[in-house]
Amino acid sequence: MVTKLVILLVIVLGVVALAQLMRVYELSSKLTKKVESDISNRDNRFNAKMMMAFMVLLFGGFIWLMLKYGWTGRGMAASVHGRETDWLMDLNLIIIIAVFFLTNALLFGFAYKYVKKPGVPALYYPHNNKLEMIWTVVPAVVLAVIIILGLRVWNTTTDPAGKEAIRVELFSKQFDWTARYSGMDNKLGRFDYKLTHEENNPLALMTTETIDSAILYMEDGYLNTKSIHYLETTLNDPNTVMNSEDRDLMMVELSRRERLIRMLYQMKKRHDDKIDTNAYDDIIQTDTLYLCVDQEYEMNFRSKDVIHSAYFPHFRVQMNTVPGMTTRFKFTPDVTTEEMKKIKGDENFNYILMCNKICGGAHYKMKMLVEVLDAKTYDEWMNGVYRKDGKGKFVLDNEGKKILLKRGKVHEATFAHTYKKGKDVLLPTRTQSEELEALKVELVEKANLDIPSIDAN
Amino acid sequence: MAAVAHDASGHHDDHGHHEESFVSKYIFSQDHKMIAKQFLMTAIFMGVVAMLLSILFRIQLAWPGESSDFVSFFLGDTWAPGGVMKEDMYLGLVTIHGTIMVFFLLTGGLSGTFSNLLIPLQIGARDMASGFLNMLSFWFFFVSSLIMFGSLFIETGPAMAGWTIYPPLSALPQAISGSGLGMTLWLFSMAIFIASSLIGSLNYIVTVLNLRTKGMTMTRLPLTIWAFFVTAILGVLSFPVLLSAVVLLIMDRLAGTSFYLSDIIVNGEMLTQHGGSPLLFQHLFWFLGHPEVYIVLLPALGLSSEVIATNSRKPIFGYRAMIGSILAIGFLSFIVWAHHMFITGMNPFLGSVFVFTTLLIAIPSAVKVFNYITTLWKGSIIYTPAMLFAIGLVSTFITGGVTGIILADAALDIAIHDTYFVVAHFHVVMGLSAVFGMFAGVYHWFPKMFGKMMNTRLGYAHFWVTIVGAYGVFFPMHFVGIAGAPRRYYDYTVYNDFDAAAGEMMMDLNVIITMFAILAAVGQLLFLFNFFYSIARGPKTVQNPWSGTTLEWTTPVEHVHGNWPGELPTVHRWPYDYSKPGYDVDFVPQIVPLREGEEEGH
Repeated sequence: MVTKLVILLVIVLGVVALAQLMRVYELSSKLTKKVESDISNRDNRFNAKMMMAFMVLLFGGFIWLMLKYGWTGRGMAASVHGRETDWLMDLNLIIIIAVFFLTNALLFGFAYKYVKKPGVPALYYPHNNKLEMIWTVVPAVVLAVIIILGLRVWNTTTDPAGKEAIRVELFSKQFDWTARYSGMDNKLGRFDYKLTHEENNPLALMTTETIDSAILYMEDGYLNTKSIHYLETTLNDPNTVMNSEDRDLMMVELSRRERLIRMLYQMKKRHDDKIDTNAYDDIIQTDTLYLCVDQEYEMNFRSKDVIHSAYFPHFRVQMNTVPGMTTRFKFTPDVTTEEMKKIKGDENFNYILMCNKICGGAHYKMKMLVEVLDAKTYDEWMNGVYRKDGKGKFVLDNEGKKILLKRGKVHEATFAHTYKKGKDVLLPTRTQSEELEALKVELVEKANLDIPSIDAN
Repeated sequence: MAAVAHDASGHHDDHGHHEESFVSKYIFSQDHKMIAKQFLMTAIFMGVVAMLLSILFRIQLAWPGESSDFVSFFLGDTWAPGGVMKEDMYLGLVTIHGTIMVFFLLTGGLSGTFSNLLIPLQIGARDMASGFLNMLSFWFFFVSSLIMFGSLFIETGPAMAGWTIYPPLSALPQAISGSGLGMTLWLFSMAIFIASSLIGSLNYIVTVLNLRTKGMTMTRLPLTIWAFFVTAILGVLSFPVLLSAVVLLIMDRLAGTSFYLSDIIVNGEMLTQHGGSPLLFQHLFWFLGHPEVYIVLLPALGLSSEVIATNSRKPIFGYRAMIGSILAIGFLSFIVWAHHMFITGMNPFLGSVFVFTTLLIAIPSAVKVFNYITTLWKGSIIYTPAMLFAIGLVSTFITGGVTGIILADAALDIAIHDTYFVVAHFHVVMGLSAVFGMFAGVYHWFPKMFGKMMNTRLGYAHFWVTIVGAYGVFFPMHFVGIAGAPRRYYDYTVYNDFDAAAGEMMMDLNVIITMFAILAAVGQLLFLFNFFYSIARGPKTVQNPWSGTTLEWTTPVEHVHGNWPGELPTVHRWPYDYSKPGYDVDFVPQIVPLREGEEEGH
C-alpha cells in the first residue's frame, strides 16, 4: 500500500514540477517575445545534429545486435529444406539490410544536410519522371528475383511427400502433444472425433471395436451419467425432483447425445473392418518424438479442441493444427541431436516441438521434446519397443476374429496393445431401477470423480 | 467563442445561426471540428490505456514470476496474486492492447480525428455532408470504446484469444475464461465500432466527392485528402466483411451454429458442431485485416506528406506518383490478405499467388519513400515537432517495410510466422509509423484545433525520447523473433529446458526491450502534459503559424460554424507551391490566382 502511495505521489509531484518549469519558460518567452511557431536557427541546427546522432546510434545499435545476437538463437537449420530456406533468408536479409542502411542514410543525411540556412531558399523541384521511373523499376526487378527464388523454394517445400516418407500424426490438444507413428504398414489408422474415449482411445482411432465401444458408452456407459439411457431414465422417472433449468439442460444434453449416437450408428454401418489393422499397429508416443536422421517424414497434424501450431524451430517447420481438418508438412531432419549438441556446444540442447498459436492459458508450456537419432539407434529404439511374441502374428480376440499383422512383432505402444489395457468394463444387465440405485451409490462413493450438476439435486 | 460565432454569422446570414447550448456545442455537436476533437480525446484516453496494458505485460516478460508492485497496483489480487499476473490475464492484456491500438487509437483516433478536422477545411466546405451522421459516428465510437474498456473489469476477464480472435479459442468459453462474457463484449463493441466506422467513411467519401469548393479539382487536393478518401473507401469495402465474420462468430457462440466449428472436444465435452471451418474466419478476418493495415497507415502517410512539404518549404516530390501509389496500395491491399495464412493449412498454391501480390505492394511503398526523401533533398528544413515526427515516420516505414519482404515470402514465413519477428515488423511499420503520423498531425494542426500553440521544446523532448524508446523496443525484438521466440508466450524460461543459450538471449533482450518500453511510455507523459497544458494555457496562435498553403490556414483562428465567415474561398492552384521561383514569400496559398503565364506546379 505504501508503495502505491509513493507511486501516486511521485506522479503528482512530477506533474507539478513540469507545470512550474512551463511557467518559467512562458515568462521567459514573454520577455524575449518568442513566438512558439517561429523555430530558431539554433533549434533547427540542434535537431539536425540530433538526426545525425540518432542515425549513428541506430546503425551502431543494429550492428551491435547483429554481431551479438544475430545467430545465437537461430542456429543452423537441421533439415534438408531448412538449409534451402536459410540460404534464401540470408540472401533476403542482405538485400533488406542494404536497403535499410541506404535509405535511412539518405533520409537522415538529407535531414541533417538540408536544415534551414538563413538566406538559402529551397529548390522548387516538383517532379522528375526519369527519377521516378528508376525507383519504380529497380525495386520491381529486385522483387521479381525475390519472388521467383521464393516461390521455387516454397513449391518444393510444400510438394506432397514421397511414398517412402514415414507417416506420423501429431495430435494436439490443450496443452500437450501426442505422436502416432503409422507402424509397419506405414498407414495411419482412420479416426473420428466421436470415438474419443479419454482412457482407452484418446486419439479416437476407428476400428470395429472402438465404434462398438463408443456406441455402448454413449448409450449405456458404466458410471456414465451422461449416457442416453441414464438421461432418459432420469427424465422419465416420476420421482425425480429437479428445477426446470436443470431439466432443460438435461433435455439439451439428451438431444445432443441422440444426434451423436445416430452418427455413430451410421459410422458402424459404413465401417469396413479391413482397415482395422491400419489402426492397430499404430504406435502412440507421448513424451518424446523420435525421428531417424535423413529419413523423410510426412507429418499429419490434428487438433482436438482449438487451433494450435506445430512449430519445430530448428527444422524450420511450422504448420497449424486445425480442428476438423488434417494439415500436413513434410521434412527430412538431417542432423542428429548428438551432432547438434556438439555443434552448439551444449550438452543439454534438444530439438523441440512447440505450440505457436495462442491456445489458452498454458499455451507457453505446450511442448514436446524431439530427438533425431542415427539410423542404428533409431532401429534399436524401434526394436526395443517392439517385442517378438514368438508366433509371428498378433491375435486380437474380438468375437473370434483374428487379425494378422505383417510382421511377428508387437509394439508395446501399439494401439492394439494399449487399447486392450484400457478397455471398458461392460455393465451386467440390470433392471432400470436397480441400475439407477447402483449408479447413485457408486456416485456417492466416487464423489471425487466428475459428477454432473444434476446429482446435486 | 459563441459570441464570435454569432458575430461571424452576421456576414453570412444565409447559414442560419443561433446561440448554441452547452450540450449541442460540446456534447452532441454536429460541427466537424468539435467532433474531431471528441475523437481525439477519446482516442488519447484509449491509447493511454493500451500503452499501460503493454507496460504491464512487458514487466511480466522481462521479469517472469517476480512480484511487482506496479502490476499489483493495477491488476489487484484477483488477476495478479502476490504481484505476479496470471497466465490468462497476460493473454487478456495482450489481446486488449492490440485491439485498442489497432482499432480505437489508429483507426478511430487517427482517421476519425483528422478526416473530420481536415476534409471540410482543406477542400473548402462548410462542414461534412451530413453533420448528424458525423455525430452519430462519434457516439457509436464512444459507446464501443466504453464497452471495450469496461470489458477489462469483468469477473471472467476480457477477451483473451489475441486481437485476431481466431475461433475455436474465441468461440469456446470452456477453452479460456476470457471467451465468456469478455469475448461477447468484445464482439458487440466491435460491431458498434464497425457501424461507426462505416457511417464516418461514407460521410468522408460523399464530402470529398461533392463538397469541394470552386476550383478544387481532384488533382488540386492535398495528399492528406487523397489519403483519407482512399482510406474511407477501403473502410467501406472491408469493414462489412469483418462485421459478417463477427456476426457469424456471435451465432456460433450463442445459437449453436457451426460456421467455424467442427469435430471439437473441449474439457471432455463433445460438441456436435460439424462441417464448419476455422479457416473461413481467418479469410473473413484478414479480408478486413489487411486493408485495415492501410486504413491505419494511409492517413498517417497523408498527414506526413503535408507536414514534410510544409516544413521542407518544398513541393512534395512527385505529387501524381504519390496519388498513384496511394491508389495502388489501396487496390493491392485487397488481394493480399492470405499472406497471414501461409501455414494455416491453406492450399500452398493459393499461398504462392499471395506471395506474388504481397510483394507487389513493396513497389508503390518504395515510390512513396523515395518521394519523401527527394522532398527533403535541397529543402530548407524547419524542425517543428511535427516535422520531426514526420521524418521519424519515414524512417520507421522503411525499417518496418523491408522486414515485410521476408514475411511475405511464404518459404521464409514458415520459420518466423507468429514469432516476435512478426510482432516487431508490424509494430514498426504500422504501429510506429501510424503513431508518428498521428503525433505529427496533432503537433501540426493543434493550432487549428484549439487556437493555441503547443510547447515546441517539450515537443522536441517528446520526439527524441519516443523514437529512441520505440526503436529500442522493436529493434531487439526482431532478433528475439529470428531466434524463433513464439509470440503470446507468458514466460520464455521454458527455453531453459532445451536450448539455454537461446533462452538466455531472449531473457536478456526482453529486459532491454522492457526498459525501453518504460522509457517510451514515460516520454508520452511529456506529450500528455504538453497537450492538456497547452489547451488550457498555451500561447495564442496566429492564423497561419507554419506558413502553409492549404485552405485550413485561411480560416479564422477562432472556430466559426461554417468555417469561413463570408464566402467560401476559391482555389486557383495545387497545394504545394512552396518556394516557387518568382514569388517573394516562400509559399503561395491555394487561393492566390495564377499569374499570367504562370504554370501550375505538376
